[in-house]
Amino acid sequence: MFRKIAISAVSALALMTGAAFASEGGHVEDVAFSFEGPFGKFDEHQLQRGLQVFTEVCSACHGLKFVPIRSLSDEGGPHLPEDQVRAYAKQFTITDKDTGEDREGVPSDNFPANTGAGAPDLSLMAKARAGFHGPYGLGINQLLRGIGGPEYIVSLLTGFTGETKEEAGSTFYENHVFSTGWIKMTPPLSDGQVTFADGAPNDVKHMSEDVAAFLMWTAEPKLMARKDAGFKAVLFLAVLASLLFLTNKRLWSKVKGKKLH
Amino acid sequence: MAGIPHDHYEPKPGIQTWLHNRLPIVSIAYDTLMIPTPKNLNWMWIWGIVLAFCLGLQIVTGVVLVMHYTPHVDLAFKSVEHIMRDVNGGYMIRYLHANGASLFFLAVYLHIFRGLYYGSYKAPREVTWIIGMLIYLAMMATGFMGYVLPWGQMSFWGATVITGLFGAIPGVGPTIQEWLLGGPAVDNATLNRFFSLHYLLPFVIAALVALHIWAFHTTGNNNPTGVEVRRGSKEEAAKDTLPFWPYFVIKDLFALAVVVMVFFAVVGFMPNFLGHPDNYIEANALATPAHIVPEWYFLPFYAILRAFTADVWVVQLVHFVTFGIVDAKFFGVLAMFGAIAVMALVPWLDTSSVRSGRYRPKFKAWFYLLCIDFVVLMWVGAMPTDGIYPYISLIAATYWFAYFLVILPLLGVLEKPLPQPATIEEDFKSHYANPAE
Repeated sequence: MFRKIAISAVSALALMTGAAFASEGGHVEDVAFSFEGPFGKFDEHQLQRGLQVFTEVCSACHGLKFVPIRSLSDEGGPHLPEDQVRAYAKQFTITDKDTGEDREGVPSDNFPANTGAGAPDLSLMAKARAGFHGPYGLGINQLLRGIGGPEYIVSLLTGFTGETKEEAGSTFYENHVFSTGWIKMTPPLSDGQVTFADGAPNDVKHMSEDVAAFLMWTAEPKLMARKDAGFKAVLFLAVLASLLFLTNKRLWSKVKGKKLH
Repeated sequence: MAGIPHDHYEPKPGIQTWLHNRLPIVSIAYDTLMIPTPKNLNWMWIWGIVLAFCLGLQIVTGVVLVMHYTPHVDLAFKSVEHIMRDVNGGYMIRYLHANGASLFFLAVYLHIFRGLYYGSYKAPREVTWIIGMLIYLAMMATGFMGYVLPWGQMSFWGATVITGLFGAIPGVGPTIQEWLLGGPAVDNATLNRFFSLHYLLPFVIAALVALHIWAFHTTGNNNPTGVEVRRGSKEEAAKDTLPFWPYFVIKDLFALAVVVMVFFAVVGFMPNFLGHPDNYIEANALATPAHIVPEWYFLPFYAILRAFTADVWVVQLVHFVTFGIVDAKFFGVLAMFGAIAVMALVPWLDTSSVRSGRYRPKFKAWFYLLCIDFVVLMWVGAMPTDGIYPYISLIAATYWFAYFLVILPLLGVLEKPLPQPATIEEDFKSHYANPAE
């Protein structure tokens, strides 16, 4: 009986999470991203498309200040060839830390911060928002579907209703996914805005998914390595636990004999 | 109390005797490892080894993290991202450390509730229990200060709320709060002292753990029957016990491997599930998060803190009786610390002469209700403070105090316990057919 209670207590604890109320916006639609689940992997083509959307659209106002440009060539990321990454870095003007002078960017620089428009940095955005909550604060939805940061980004980008309002000299755009219902960001994407080299669909929904996947990678660049390490550890510990189980059984058999009940 | 009689280390002539006469360290290690342990211990007795593992894990991963972390308000968040992106295996070390805290608290709660059910706190083990409670308090302080170090939004605002509790103390409160923070608000001075203490306290915990183990090695382990090991002679004691090595070491290691396997699955596949998304936003003193929620392991006591609001009659009564010195805020703080204090005092609040809950039919029902109560408090601690939630908090918080202050003292008098087995051997034989017979 006590064991049963203990087991249910453990599972209840496992279902609990304090993370249930980060932002109570509107409904966030689940997206079947390739990187979800214990064996999920980033799709490097999708990350490359997401990078293109970010570069051509988002980077006008948002920065990625924690992301080193060199990591664009990392395996488990967009995996761009190094010469492309060098060429990509050149578009940025970086104030050199040592000389204090402006120069072209190099791969060892981070993406520049961009605070001009007052827009938040996007490096960690996919981990800083929760798309799924509850039910009843139990965290079960996050357990089953993930925390939902990338889904939140997709829903936000596709969630503009078209209504606007003026307040204190600023224009706000109605978006039910945003916590207050009104966001300062202009609807950033329109169908066909970005042309992908691989001919992938470029409607708002697909571009949003691509950029959300890219932002998940900027937030968690070691996601695939982590899942791999986790899987190996679980496998190793399963073997170790089995061996210890047999050792324990054999050790105690001399003392216990057969179980009576 | 004399220990359980058993074979002691006999140094052989030569180097062993030479060392033994100068430093009996081998003897201490031998006696610690070979301690006679009740042979009927069940699977709830494995959390001690899990806790020892957690302390080791946290210290090892923590020491490595410190090599790459910078305790400064402008650099802390950035240095954590440096660990996540640039340090070899840094993402794994950080996630192990962050989730290690959760495993630590999960194990300590199961360990505490096992003690509460089987009466492990009762004479002669009160000192073990009190040291355990001190370890738990030190763990809470360490966990709280560790959560501040990444300098995210929840770090900053959690620190603001929790240090604010000390500000509620009448008269000296604001001075104490300022002293704790090193200034009028949470800032660089706060981060630096929390970093220093977060590094110090685990070693205090390690010392307390040594005392904890020393204390229960002096009294002997409790066991599921609560019946003491017979100590008349070595032979008699051997019928009730088995040496810790190899029987319990192997059993504990098996259990540990299973627990750590689940732990690695969480770290590998959902390392942010138990965290809060807001802590991936850098601390900003100008933007308060919509809901400031502590980590899950603080939620039960956070719920008790919030349960006693100014419209509860007890709070109003205390406010009136103390001429306004104890207001609702201070009452909440007292309730929160009181909730842990009543748990620490349980050896003297439980009046029953029977140790194990197994032979206390009425106690069982109240105990299971306490377990449910704890989970309800944990859940309601994360809920908003409007609608029905304040009532649930209040009822659940009241039950917590009622269990320790009313139910346990009364049960000892009112309850008719079931017969206990005469010896541990008898209990063990009722479960297993000894192959030797």
